[in-house]
Amino acid sequence: MNEPLIVCENLTHIYPGDVTAVKNVNLKIHKGELIGVIGQNGSGKTTLVKHFNGLLKPTKGKVIVKGQDTSKMRVQDLSRNIGYVFQNPNHQLFAKTVIDELKFGPTNLGLPEDEVNERVEKAIAFFNLEMYRDHHPYRISFPLRKLVGMASIYTMQPDVFVMDEPTTGQDHITTRIVYRLIKKLRDEGSTVICVAHDMILLAEVVERMLVMRDATLIADTDPKTVFSDKELMASTHLSPPQITELSYRMRSKKMIGSIALNINELIDASSKKYNLKRSK
Amino acid sequence: MAGDNYLPPLANYSEGIMVNKKPVIEFKNLTYYYSLQEKPALKNINLTIYEGEYVAILGLNGAGKTTLQLCINGVIPNMIIGNFEGDVLVNGLNTQEYPTRELAKIVGMVFDNPEFQLTQTSVAEEVALGLENIGIPTDDMHAIIEDALETVGLDGLQERSPFELSGGQQQRLAIASALAMQPEIFVMDEPTSNIDPIGKDEVIAVAAKLNTEKHMTVILAEHEVEVIAQYADHVIIIDEGEIILDGTPHEVFEQVELIEKIGLRTPQVTKFAYQLKEKYGLKTKGLPVTIDEAEQFAVDTFKK
Repeated sequence: MNEPLIVCENLTHIYPGDVTAVKNVNLKIHKGELIGVIGQNGSGKTTLVKHFNGLLKPTKGKVIVKGQDTSKMRVQDLSRNIGYVFQNPNHQLFAKTVIDELKFGPTNLGLPEDEVNERVEKAIAFFNLEMYRDHHPYRISFPLRKLVGMASIYTMQPDVFVMDEPTTGQDHITTRIVYRLIKKLRDEGSTVICVAHDMILLAEVVERMLVMRDATLIADTDPKTVFSDKELMASTHLSPPQITELSYRMRSKKMIGSIALNINELIDASSKKYNLKRSK
Repeated sequence: MAGDNYLPPLANYSEGIMVNKKPVIEFKNLTYYYSLQEKPALKNINLTIYEGEYVAILGLNGAGKTTLQLCINGVIPNMIIGNFEGDVLVNGLNTQEYPTRELAKIVGMVFDNPEFQLTQTSVAEEVALGLENIGIPTDDMHAIIEDALETVGLDGLQERSPFELSGGQQQRLAIASALAMQPEIFVMDEPTSNIDPIGKDEVIAVAAKLNTEKHMTVILAEHEVEVIAQYADHVIIIDEGEIILDGTPHEVFEQVELIEKIGLRTPQVTKFAYQLKEKYGLKTKGLPVTIDEAEQFAVDTFKK
Protein backbone atom coordinates (compact mmCIF):
# COMPACT_ATOMS: atom_id res chain seq x y z
CA MET A 1 0.00 0.00 0.00
CA ASN A 2 1.04 3.58 -0.66
CA GLU A 3 2.33 5.92 1.98
CA PRO A 4 -0.58 6.83 4.28
CA LEU A 5 -1.93 10.38 4.06
CA ILE A 6 -2.56 10.73 7.78
CA VAL A 7 -0.89 8.87 10.63
CA CYS A 8 -1.77 9.24 14.31
CA GLU A 9 0.84 7.86 16.68
CA ASN A 10 -0.23 7.60 20.33
CA LEU A 11 -2.27 10.76 19.83
CA THR A 12 -3.49 12.24 23.10
CA HIS A 13 -5.23 15.56 23.51
CA ILE A 14 -5.83 17.14 26.89
CA TYR A 15 -7.86 20.34 27.08
CA PRO A 16 -7.12 22.99 29.71
CA GLY A 17 -8.62 21.89 33.02
CA ASP A 18 -7.16 18.41 32.57
CA VAL A 19 -9.92 17.05 30.35
CA THR A 20 -8.60 14.20 28.23
CA ALA A 21 -10.59 14.37 25.00
CA VAL A 22 -8.55 11.89 22.96
CA LYS A 23 -6.44 9.17 24.52
CA ASN A 24 -3.67 7.25 22.85
CA VAL A 25 -5.12 6.89 19.37
CA ASN A 26 -3.19 5.05 16.68
CA LEU A 27 -4.41 4.94 13.11
CA LYS A 28 -3.44 5.31 9.46
CA ILE A 29 -5.60 6.81 6.74
CA HIS A 30 -4.83 6.17 3.07
CA LYS A 31 -5.74 8.02 -0.08
CA GLY A 32 -9.24 7.34 -1.36
CA GLU A 33 -10.67 5.96 1.87
CA LEU A 34 -14.24 6.79 2.90
CA ILE A 35 -14.30 6.87 6.67
CA GLY A 36 -17.08 7.45 9.19
CA VAL A 37 -16.35 8.54 12.75
CA ILE A 38 -19.06 7.76 15.29
CA GLY A 39 -19.54 8.14 19.03
CA GLN A 40 -21.70 10.08 21.46
CA ASN A 41 -21.25 13.81 21.95
CA GLY A 42 -18.19 14.30 24.11
CA SER A 43 -16.61 11.00 23.04
CA GLY A 44 -13.74 12.80 21.30
CA LYS A 45 -14.65 12.46 17.62
CA THR A 46 -14.48 16.14 16.72
CA THR A 47 -11.30 16.61 18.78
CA LEU A 48 -9.74 13.70 16.88
CA VAL A 49 -10.51 15.03 13.40
CA LYS A 50 -9.51 18.60 14.27
CA HIS A 51 -5.95 17.24 14.54
CA PHE A 52 -5.93 16.29 10.88
CA ASN A 53 -5.84 19.88 9.62
CA GLY A 54 -3.87 21.25 12.54
CA LEU A 55 -6.78 23.09 14.19
CA LEU A 56 -5.60 21.21 17.25
CA LYS A 57 -2.09 19.99 18.03
CA PRO A 58 -1.40 16.82 20.04
CA THR A 59 -0.69 17.16 23.75
CA LYS A 60 1.20 13.86 23.49
CA GLY A 61 2.04 11.70 20.51
CA LYS A 62 2.19 12.72 16.86
CA VAL A 63 0.03 13.43 13.86
CA ILE A 64 1.77 13.10 10.52
CA VAL A 65 0.10 14.45 7.38
CA LYS A 66 1.70 13.61 4.03
CA GLY A 67 4.89 12.70 5.83
CA GLN A 68 5.10 15.91 7.87
CA ASP A 69 4.62 16.31 11.60
CA THR A 70 1.71 18.72 12.12
CA SER A 71 3.17 20.14 15.32
CA LYS A 72 5.56 22.13 13.18
CA MET A 73 3.00 23.17 10.57
CA ARG A 74 0.55 26.04 10.33
CA VAL A 75 -3.19 25.52 9.73
CA GLN A 76 -2.88 27.65 6.57
CA ASP A 77 -0.40 25.20 5.08
CA LEU A 78 -2.30 22.12 6.20
CA SER A 79 -5.61 23.43 4.85
CA ARG A 80 -4.21 23.13 1.33
CA ASN A 81 -4.34 19.35 1.77
CA ILE A 82 -6.99 18.89 4.41
CA GLY A 83 -10.34 20.63 4.03
CA TYR A 84 -12.52 20.92 7.10
CA VAL A 85 -16.26 21.54 6.89
CA PHE A 86 -17.62 22.72 10.22
CA GLN A 87 -20.80 21.30 11.72
CA ASN A 88 -22.04 24.84 12.17
CA PRO A 89 -21.48 26.91 9.00
CA ASN A 90 -21.68 30.07 11.12
CA HIS A 91 -18.25 29.11 12.44
CA GLN A 92 -16.86 28.95 8.96
CA LEU A 93 -18.39 31.55 6.64
CA PHE A 94 -17.41 35.21 6.57
CA ALA A 95 -17.65 36.63 3.03
CA LYS A 96 -20.37 39.02 1.88
CA THR A 97 -21.75 36.86 -0.91
CA VAL A 98 -21.93 33.17 -1.66
CA ILE A 99 -19.75 33.62 -4.71
CA ASP A 100 -17.04 35.46 -2.72
CA GLU A 101 -17.15 32.72 -0.12
CA LEU A 102 -16.48 30.10 -2.78
CA LYS A 103 -13.72 32.14 -4.40
CA PHE A 104 -11.86 32.79 -1.19
CA GLY A 105 -10.19 29.39 -0.76
CA PRO A 106 -8.86 28.82 -4.28
CA THR A 107 -7.79 32.48 -4.62
CA ASN A 108 -5.88 32.13 -1.40
CA LEU A 109 -4.16 29.04 -2.79
CA GLY A 110 -2.76 31.37 -5.45
CA LEU A 111 -4.63 29.83 -8.37
CA PRO A 112 -5.10 31.87 -11.56
CA GLU A 113 -8.45 33.64 -11.91
CA ASP A 114 -9.74 31.39 -14.73
CA GLU A 115 -9.11 28.32 -12.66
CA VAL A 116 -10.78 29.91 -9.61
CA ASN A 117 -13.86 30.85 -11.64
CA GLU A 118 -14.08 27.43 -13.24
CA ARG A 119 -14.01 25.70 -9.85
CA VAL A 120 -16.55 28.12 -8.41
CA GLU A 121 -18.98 27.62 -11.31
CA LYS A 122 -18.67 23.83 -11.00
CA ALA A 123 -19.41 24.07 -7.28
CA ILE A 124 -22.39 26.39 -7.84
CA ALA A 125 -23.86 23.87 -10.27
CA PHE A 126 -23.14 20.81 -8.16
CA PHE A 127 -24.56 22.24 -4.94
CA ASN A 128 -27.48 23.83 -6.75
CA LEU A 129 -26.69 27.32 -5.50
CA GLU A 130 -27.32 29.26 -8.71
CA MET A 131 -30.23 31.18 -7.19
CA TYR A 132 -28.16 32.30 -4.24
CA ARG A 133 -24.83 33.28 -5.79
CA ASP A 134 -25.14 36.96 -4.86
CA HIS A 135 -26.88 36.38 -1.54
CA HIS A 136 -25.20 37.03 1.78
CA PRO A 137 -24.41 33.59 3.29
CA TYR A 138 -26.19 34.58 6.50
CA ARG A 139 -29.35 35.59 4.66
CA ILE A 140 -30.03 32.12 3.29
CA SER A 141 -31.52 29.22 5.23
CA PHE A 142 -29.36 27.11 7.54
CA PRO A 143 -29.34 23.99 5.34
CA LEU A 144 -28.29 26.01 2.29
CA ARG A 145 -25.69 27.83 4.33
CA LYS A 146 -24.30 24.44 5.26
CA LEU A 147 -24.05 23.53 1.59
CA VAL A 148 -22.16 26.80 1.02
CA GLY A 149 -19.74 25.68 3.75
CA MET A 150 -19.13 22.42 1.87
CA ALA A 151 -18.91 24.16 -1.51
CA SER A 152 -16.32 26.61 -0.20
CA ILE A 153 -14.06 23.72 0.77
CA TYR A 154 -14.88 21.82 -2.42
CA THR A 155 -13.45 24.67 -4.53
CA MET A 156 -10.10 24.17 -2.80
CA GLN A 157 -10.01 20.52 -3.93
CA PRO A 158 -8.16 19.28 -0.87
CA ASP A 159 -6.81 15.70 -0.77
CA VAL A 160 -8.80 15.02 2.36
CA PHE A 161 -12.32 16.26 3.01
CA VAL A 162 -13.27 16.24 6.68
CA MET A 163 -16.95 16.84 7.39
CA ASP A 164 -18.50 17.27 10.81
CA GLU A 165 -22.17 16.22 10.86
CA PRO A 166 -22.89 17.16 7.24
CA THR A 167 -26.53 16.07 7.36
CA THR A 168 -27.80 17.53 10.65
CA GLY A 169 -30.49 20.12 10.12
CA GLN A 170 -30.78 19.09 6.46
CA ASP A 171 -33.96 17.87 4.83
CA HIS A 172 -34.14 14.95 2.44
CA ILE A 173 -33.25 16.95 -0.65
CA THR A 174 -30.19 18.67 0.79
CA THR A 175 -29.19 15.37 2.42
CA ARG A 176 -29.13 13.79 -1.02
CA ILE A 177 -26.74 16.49 -2.22
CA VAL A 178 -24.43 15.48 0.63
CA TYR A 179 -24.67 11.80 -0.45
CA ARG A 180 -23.85 12.77 -4.02
CA LEU A 181 -20.95 14.93 -2.84
CA ILE A 182 -19.39 12.06 -0.91
CA LYS A 183 -19.75 9.68 -3.83
CA LYS A 184 -18.34 12.26 -6.25
CA LEU A 185 -15.36 12.89 -3.99
CA ARG A 186 -14.76 9.14 -3.85
CA ASP A 187 -14.89 8.91 -7.65
CA GLU A 188 -12.39 11.74 -7.89
CA GLY A 189 -10.03 9.85 -5.58
CA SER A 190 -10.38 12.15 -2.57
CA THR A 191 -10.30 10.86 0.96
CA VAL A 192 -13.45 11.57 2.96
CA ILE A 193 -13.70 11.56 6.75
CA CYS A 194 -17.21 12.06 7.99
CA VAL A 195 -18.07 12.62 11.64
CA ALA A 196 -21.76 11.81 11.95
CA HIS A 197 -24.67 10.59 14.01
CA ASP A 198 -26.56 9.90 10.82
CA MET A 199 -26.28 6.12 10.67
CA ILE A 200 -28.33 5.82 7.47
CA LEU A 201 -25.78 8.04 5.73
CA LEU A 202 -22.80 6.14 7.08
CA ALA A 203 -24.29 2.72 6.33
CA GLU A 204 -24.88 3.90 2.79
CA VAL A 205 -21.57 5.55 1.95
CA VAL A 206 -18.60 4.73 4.16
CA GLU A 207 -16.23 1.77 3.94
CA ARG A 208 -14.49 2.09 7.27
CA MET A 209 -15.72 3.20 10.67
CA LEU A 210 -13.84 4.63 13.61
CA VAL A 211 -15.80 4.26 16.84
CA MET A 212 -14.95 6.61 19.71
CA ARG A 213 -16.00 6.19 23.31
CA ASP A 214 -14.70 8.11 26.34
CA ALA A 215 -11.78 9.60 24.37
CA THR A 216 -10.66 6.16 23.18
CA LEU A 217 -10.79 4.60 19.73
CA ILE A 218 -12.65 1.38 20.54
CA ALA A 219 -13.15 0.03 17.02
CA ASP A 220 -11.64 0.61 13.60
CA THR A 221 -13.29 -1.67 11.05
CA ASP A 222 -15.93 -1.92 8.29
CA PRO A 223 -19.51 -0.71 8.92
CA LYS A 224 -21.01 -4.20 8.76
CA THR A 225 -18.79 -5.43 11.57
CA VAL A 226 -19.62 -2.34 13.65
CA PHE A 227 -23.37 -2.55 13.09
CA SER A 228 -23.38 -6.33 13.66
CA ASP A 229 -21.81 -5.88 17.06
CA LYS A 230 -24.84 -5.13 19.22
CA GLU A 231 -22.77 -4.82 22.36
CA LEU A 232 -20.44 -2.30 20.77
CA MET A 233 -23.37 -0.27 19.43
CA ALA A 234 -25.14 -0.30 22.78
CA SER A 235 -21.97 0.82 24.56
CA THR A 236 -21.89 3.94 22.36
CA HIS A 237 -25.64 4.54 22.78
CA LEU A 238 -26.06 4.67 19.03
CA SER A 239 -28.65 2.77 17.03
CA PRO A 240 -28.09 1.26 13.62
CA PRO A 241 -30.37 2.24 10.72
CA GLN A 242 -33.90 0.85 10.96
CA ILE A 243 -33.31 -1.45 7.99
CA THR A 244 -30.29 -2.96 9.77
CA GLU A 245 -32.44 -3.52 12.86
CA LEU A 246 -34.97 -5.35 10.68
CA SER A 247 -32.19 -7.47 9.21
CA TYR A 248 -31.09 -8.49 12.73
CA ARG A 249 -34.59 -9.65 13.46
CA MET A 250 -34.87 -11.51 10.15
CA ARG A 251 -31.51 -13.13 10.74
CA SER A 252 -32.51 -14.31 14.21
CA LYS A 253 -35.58 -15.92 12.60
CA LYS A 254 -33.23 -17.57 10.08
CA MET A 255 -34.77 -15.72 7.16
CA ILE A 256 -31.42 -14.34 6.02
CA GLY A 257 -27.79 -15.18 6.73
CA SER A 258 -26.18 -11.81 7.42
CA ILE A 259 -27.25 -8.31 8.32
CA ALA A 260 -27.98 -5.60 5.75
CA LEU A 261 -26.77 -2.00 5.78
CA ASN A 262 -29.31 -0.62 3.34
CA ILE A 263 -32.64 -1.39 1.72
CA ASN A 264 -31.19 -2.91 -1.46
CA GLU A 265 -28.98 -5.30 0.47
CA LEU A 266 -31.95 -6.60 2.42
CA ILE A 267 -34.04 -6.99 -0.72
CA ASP A 268 -31.22 -8.90 -2.42
CA ALA A 269 -30.60 -11.14 0.58
CA SER A 270 -34.24 -12.05 1.08
CA SER A 271 -35.10 -12.47 -2.59
CA LYS A 272 -32.15 -14.83 -3.08
CA LYS A 273 -32.95 -16.86 0.01
CA TYR A 274 -36.57 -17.33 -1.01
CA ASN A 275 -35.87 -17.59 -4.70
CA LEU A 276 -38.25 -14.79 -5.62
CA LYS A 277 -38.87 -14.23 -9.30
CA ARG A 278 -39.13 -10.74 -10.69
CA SER A 279 -42.61 -9.83 -11.74
CA LYS A 280 -43.05 -8.31 -15.16
CA MET B 1 -49.64 0.20 17.54
CA ALA B 2 -50.03 3.96 17.84
CA GLY B 3 -51.64 4.18 14.40
CA ASP B 4 -54.59 1.99 15.33
CA ASN B 5 -55.86 4.48 17.91
CA TYR B 6 -56.25 7.32 15.49
CA LEU B 7 -59.82 8.30 14.86
CA PRO B 8 -60.44 9.37 11.31
CA PRO B 9 -61.85 12.88 10.80
CA LEU B 10 -65.50 13.37 11.59
CA ALA B 11 -66.52 13.50 7.94
CA ASN B 12 -65.61 9.85 7.51
CA TYR B 13 -68.25 8.74 9.96
CA SER B 14 -71.80 8.13 8.89
CA GLU B 15 -74.25 10.47 10.52
CA GLY B 16 -75.48 9.69 13.98
CA ILE B 17 -72.38 7.89 15.20
CA MET B 18 -71.01 9.51 18.32
CA VAL B 19 -67.45 10.68 18.16
CA ASN B 20 -66.09 11.50 21.56
CA LYS B 21 -63.06 13.53 20.46
CA LYS B 22 -63.44 17.23 20.07
CA PRO B 23 -61.54 19.34 17.57
CA VAL B 24 -58.98 21.59 19.27
CA ILE B 25 -57.47 23.21 16.21
CA GLU B 26 -59.29 23.99 13.00
CA PHE B 27 -57.82 25.64 9.93
CA LYS B 28 -60.55 26.88 7.62
CA ASN B 29 -59.50 27.85 4.09
CA LEU B 30 -56.39 29.51 5.37
CA THR B 31 -54.10 31.22 2.89
CA TYR B 32 -51.22 33.28 4.22
CA TYR B 33 -48.65 35.53 2.56
CA TYR B 34 -45.72 36.99 4.47
CA SER B 35 -45.59 40.71 3.77
CA LEU B 36 -44.11 41.64 0.38
CA GLN B 37 -44.13 37.99 -0.76
CA GLU B 38 -45.91 37.04 -3.96
CA LYS B 39 -46.08 33.35 -3.22
CA PRO B 40 -48.29 32.23 -0.36
CA ALA B 41 -46.45 30.55 2.52
CA LEU B 42 -49.64 28.58 3.19
CA LYS B 43 -52.28 27.88 0.61
CA ASN B 44 -55.85 26.87 1.20
CA ILE B 45 -55.22 24.92 4.38
CA ASN B 46 -58.13 22.94 5.77
CA LEU B 47 -57.13 20.87 8.72
CA THR B 48 -58.70 19.55 11.89
CA ILE B 49 -56.68 18.36 14.86
CA TYR B 50 -58.52 16.54 17.63
CA GLU B 51 -57.93 16.67 21.35
CA GLY B 52 -55.19 14.34 22.51
CA GLU B 53 -53.69 13.62 19.11
CA TYR B 54 -49.96 13.25 18.53
CA VAL B 55 -49.53 15.05 15.23
CA ALA B 56 -46.37 15.06 13.13
CA ILE B 57 -45.82 17.62 10.40
CA LEU B 58 -43.42 16.63 7.65
CA GLY B 59 -42.06 18.68 4.80
CA LEU B 60 -38.92 20.00 3.19
CA ASN B 61 -37.21 23.07 4.64
CA GLY B 62 -39.27 26.04 3.54
CA ALA B 63 -42.41 23.98 2.88
CA GLY B 64 -44.42 25.90 5.49
CA LYS B 65 -44.13 23.75 8.63
CA THR B 66 -43.04 26.58 10.91
CA THR B 67 -45.56 29.01 9.40
CA LEU B 68 -48.33 26.49 10.06
CA GLN B 69 -47.20 26.14 13.66
CA LEU B 70 -47.01 29.91 14.19
CA CYS B 71 -50.65 30.14 13.11
CA ILE B 72 -51.60 27.84 15.98
CA ASN B 73 -50.21 30.07 18.73
CA GLY B 74 -51.48 33.22 17.03
CA VAL B 75 -48.04 34.73 16.41
CA ILE B 76 -49.36 34.72 12.85
CA PRO B 77 -51.32 36.94 12.15
CA ASN B 78 -51.09 38.96 15.37
CA MET B 79 -47.35 39.55 15.64
CA ILE B 80 -45.98 38.78 12.19
CA ILE B 81 -47.58 41.00 9.60
CA GLY B 82 -48.85 39.52 6.39
CA ASN B 83 -51.95 38.80 4.38
CA PHE B 84 -54.10 36.32 6.28
CA GLU B 85 -57.24 34.95 4.63
CA GLY B 86 -59.46 32.36 6.29
CA ASP B 87 -59.65 31.36 9.93
CA VAL B 88 -57.77 29.41 12.54
CA LEU B 89 -59.73 28.31 15.60
CA VAL B 90 -57.99 27.10 18.74
CA ASN B 91 -60.39 25.60 21.28
CA GLY B 92 -63.08 27.33 19.26
CA LEU B 93 -61.41 30.75 19.68
CA ASN B 94 -60.59 32.65 16.52
CA THR B 95 -56.87 33.50 16.65
CA GLN B 96 -57.45 36.81 14.86
CA GLU B 97 -59.75 38.01 17.62
CA TYR B 98 -58.12 36.46 20.66
CA PRO B 99 -54.98 38.06 22.20
CA THR B 100 -51.74 36.15 21.59
CA ARG B 101 -50.78 36.37 25.27
CA GLU B 102 -54.03 34.59 26.16
CA LEU B 103 -53.41 31.95 23.48
CA ALA B 104 -49.99 31.39 25.07
CA LYS B 105 -51.82 29.86 28.04
CA ILE B 106 -53.40 27.29 25.74
CA VAL B 107 -50.56 26.71 23.29
CA GLY B 108 -46.98 26.04 24.46
CA MET B 109 -44.21 26.26 21.90
CA VAL B 110 -40.69 24.85 21.75
CA PHE B 111 -38.22 25.70 18.97
CA ASP B 112 -35.41 23.88 17.21
CA ASN B 113 -32.59 25.59 19.04
CA PRO B 114 -33.13 25.52 22.82
CA GLU B 115 -30.23 27.92 23.41
CA PHE B 116 -32.21 30.73 21.80
CA GLN B 117 -35.00 30.18 24.27
CA LEU B 118 -32.96 29.99 27.47
CA THR B 119 -32.14 33.22 29.32
CA GLN B 120 -31.91 32.62 33.06
CA THR B 121 -29.07 31.70 35.39
CA SER B 122 -30.64 28.58 36.89
CA VAL B 123 -32.89 25.80 35.70
CA ALA B 124 -35.57 26.66 38.27
CA GLU B 125 -35.59 30.35 37.31
CA GLU B 126 -35.89 29.41 33.67
CA VAL B 127 -39.14 27.58 34.41
CA ALA B 128 -40.30 30.36 36.76
CA LEU B 129 -39.98 33.05 34.10
CA GLY B 130 -43.14 32.17 32.20
CA LEU B 131 -45.06 31.70 35.43
CA GLU B 132 -44.11 35.20 36.59
CA ASN B 133 -45.30 36.57 33.29
CA ILE B 134 -48.76 35.13 33.74
CA GLY B 135 -48.92 36.25 37.37
CA ILE B 136 -48.67 32.98 39.30
CA PRO B 137 -47.98 33.76 43.02
CA THR B 138 -44.46 32.79 44.18
CA ASP B 139 -45.87 30.38 46.78
CA ASP B 140 -47.56 28.34 44.10
CA MET B 141 -44.57 28.35 41.77
CA HIS B 142 -42.41 25.83 43.60
CA ALA B 143 -44.82 22.95 43.23
CA ILE B 144 -45.44 23.74 39.56
CA ILE B 145 -41.71 23.96 38.82
CA GLU B 146 -40.98 20.70 40.64
CA ASP B 147 -43.73 18.96 38.75
CA ALA B 148 -42.63 20.27 35.35
CA LEU B 149 -38.99 19.34 35.93
CA GLU B 150 -39.96 15.90 37.14
CA THR B 151 -42.06 15.28 34.04
CA VAL B 152 -39.11 16.01 31.75
CA GLY B 153 -36.62 14.15 33.97
CA LEU B 154 -34.64 17.17 35.16
CA ASP B 155 -35.50 17.02 38.87
CA GLY B 156 -32.48 17.65 41.05
CA LEU B 157 -30.95 20.08 38.56
CA GLN B 158 -32.91 23.14 39.80
CA GLU B 159 -29.81 25.17 40.69
CA ARG B 160 -27.76 24.25 37.62
CA SER B 161 -27.06 26.86 34.94
CA PRO B 162 -29.10 26.08 31.80
CA PHE B 163 -25.93 26.56 29.76
CA GLU B 164 -24.14 23.70 31.52
CA LEU B 165 -26.78 21.23 30.37
CA SER B 166 -26.41 18.90 27.39
CA GLY B 167 -28.39 19.67 24.23
CA GLY B 168 -31.04 17.11 25.11
CA GLN B 169 -31.33 18.46 28.66
CA GLN B 170 -31.61 22.03 27.38
CA GLN B 171 -34.40 21.06 25.05
CA ARG B 172 -36.19 19.24 27.89
CA LEU B 173 -35.79 22.40 29.99
CA ALA B 174 -37.39 24.44 27.23
CA ILE B 175 -40.22 21.88 27.27
CA ALA B 176 -40.51 22.13 31.08
CA SER B 177 -40.76 25.92 30.83
CA ALA B 178 -43.61 25.62 28.36
CA LEU B 179 -45.16 22.77 30.33
CA ALA B 180 -45.28 24.79 33.58
CA MET B 181 -47.80 27.09 31.92
CA GLN B 182 -50.02 24.00 31.61
CA PRO B 183 -50.91 24.42 27.97
CA GLU B 184 -53.43 22.07 26.42
CA ILE B 185 -51.55 22.05 23.15
CA PHE B 186 -47.84 21.56 22.75
CA VAL B 187 -46.21 22.73 19.52
CA MET B 188 -42.62 21.70 18.79
CA ASP B 189 -40.66 22.91 15.81
CA GLU B 190 -37.95 20.36 14.96
CA PRO B 191 -37.05 20.01 18.63
CA THR B 192 -34.40 17.37 17.95
CA SER B 193 -32.58 18.80 14.97
CA ASN B 194 -29.65 20.18 16.93
CA ILE B 195 -29.04 17.42 19.45
CA ASP B 196 -27.29 14.04 19.51
CA PRO B 197 -29.08 10.66 19.31
CA ILE B 198 -29.46 10.17 23.09
CA GLY B 199 -30.83 13.69 23.39
CA LYS B 200 -33.20 12.99 20.51
CA ASP B 201 -34.60 9.90 22.15
CA GLU B 202 -35.04 11.80 25.43
CA VAL B 203 -36.99 14.62 23.80
CA ILE B 204 -39.16 12.29 21.73
CA ALA B 205 -39.90 10.20 24.82
CA VAL B 206 -40.91 13.31 26.80
CA ALA B 207 -43.18 14.45 23.96
CA ALA B 208 -44.83 11.01 23.96
CA LYS B 209 -45.25 11.20 27.74
CA LEU B 210 -46.98 14.59 27.54
CA ASN B 211 -49.32 13.04 25.04
CA THR B 212 -50.10 9.74 26.76
CA GLU B 213 -49.87 10.71 30.44
CA LYS B 214 -50.82 14.39 30.46
CA HIS B 215 -53.27 13.94 27.57
CA MET B 216 -51.92 16.97 25.79
CA THR B 217 -52.30 17.48 22.09
CA VAL B 218 -48.77 17.37 20.69
CA ILE B 219 -47.86 18.84 17.31
CA LEU B 220 -44.34 18.12 16.20
CA ALA B 221 -42.46 19.15 13.08
CA GLU B 222 -39.75 16.55 12.50
CA HIS B 223 -37.63 15.07 9.72
CA GLU B 224 -37.04 11.61 11.15
CA VAL B 225 -39.77 9.55 9.59
CA GLU B 226 -38.92 6.34 11.46
CA VAL B 227 -39.55 8.14 14.76
CA ILE B 228 -42.75 9.76 13.50
CA ALA B 229 -44.17 6.46 12.32
CA GLN B 230 -43.47 4.97 15.73
CA TYR B 231 -45.08 7.66 17.87
CA ALA B 232 -47.50 9.84 15.94
CA ASP B 233 -51.13 8.97 15.32
CA HIS B 234 -51.77 11.71 12.78
CA VAL B 235 -49.31 12.68 10.05
CA ILE B 236 -49.51 15.75 7.85
CA ILE B 237 -47.29 16.26 4.82
CA ILE B 238 -46.93 19.78 3.56
CA ASP B 239 -45.25 20.91 0.35
CA GLU B 240 -44.92 24.44 -1.01
CA GLY B 241 -47.49 25.67 1.49
CA GLU B 242 -50.13 23.06 0.70
CA ILE B 243 -51.24 19.98 2.59
CA ILE B 244 -50.51 17.01 0.37
CA LEU B 245 -51.34 14.16 2.75
CA ASP B 246 -53.28 14.13 6.02
CA GLY B 247 -54.09 10.89 7.84
CA THR B 248 -52.81 8.05 10.00
CA PRO B 249 -49.14 7.00 9.63
CA HIS B 250 -50.39 4.12 7.48
CA GLU B 251 -52.59 6.25 5.26
CA VAL B 252 -49.73 8.67 4.73
CA PHE B 253 -46.59 6.53 4.55
CA GLU B 254 -48.15 3.94 2.27
CA GLN B 255 -48.14 6.65 -0.42
CA VAL B 256 -44.50 5.86 -1.17
CA GLU B 257 -44.39 7.26 -4.70
CA LEU B 258 -46.12 10.53 -3.86
CA ILE B 259 -43.89 11.09 -0.83
CA GLU B 260 -40.74 10.50 -2.86
CA LYS B 261 -41.99 12.74 -5.63
CA ILE B 262 -42.13 15.62 -3.16
CA GLY B 263 -38.54 14.85 -2.16
CA LEU B 264 -39.30 13.26 1.20
CA ARG B 265 -38.83 9.65 2.19
CA THR B 266 -40.84 6.99 4.02
CA PRO B 267 -39.52 4.89 6.92
CA GLN B 268 -36.85 2.50 5.63
CA VAL B 269 -38.97 -0.56 6.42
CA THR B 270 -41.89 0.83 4.41
CA LYS B 271 -39.67 1.39 1.39
CA PHE B 272 -38.22 -2.10 1.77
CA ALA B 273 -41.64 -3.76 1.80
CA TYR B 274 -42.90 -1.56 -1.02
CA GLN B 275 -39.94 -2.37 -3.29
CA LEU B 276 -40.07 -6.05 -2.46
CA LYS B 277 -43.76 -6.20 -3.38
CA GLU B 278 -43.30 -4.15 -6.55
CA LYS B 279 -40.27 -6.06 -7.77
CA TYR B 280 -41.48 -9.57 -7.05
CA GLY B 281 -45.24 -9.11 -7.25
CA LEU B 282 -45.77 -10.33 -3.68
CA LYS B 283 -49.30 -10.53 -2.36
CA THR B 284 -48.54 -9.82 1.31
CA LYS B 285 -51.18 -7.44 2.65
CA GLY B 286 -50.43 -3.81 3.49
CA LEU B 287 -47.16 -2.03 4.12
CA PRO B 288 -45.41 -1.82 7.50
CA VAL B 289 -44.48 1.58 8.92
CA THR B 290 -42.81 0.49 12.17
CA ILE B 291 -40.07 -2.01 12.92
CA ASP B 292 -42.47 -4.43 14.68
CA GLU B 293 -44.88 -4.34 11.77
CA ALA B 294 -41.96 -4.93 9.40
CA GLU B 295 -40.92 -8.02 11.32
CA GLN B 296 -44.48 -9.31 11.02
CA PHE B 297 -44.48 -8.44 7.31
CA ALA B 298 -41.33 -10.52 6.84
CA VAL B 299 -42.89 -13.45 8.70
CA ASP B 300 -46.08 -13.19 6.65
CA THR B 301 -44.10 -12.99 3.43
CA PHE B 302 -41.46 -15.63 4.00
CA LYS B 303 -42.66 -17.98 6.69
CA LYS B 304 -46.17 -18.69 5.50
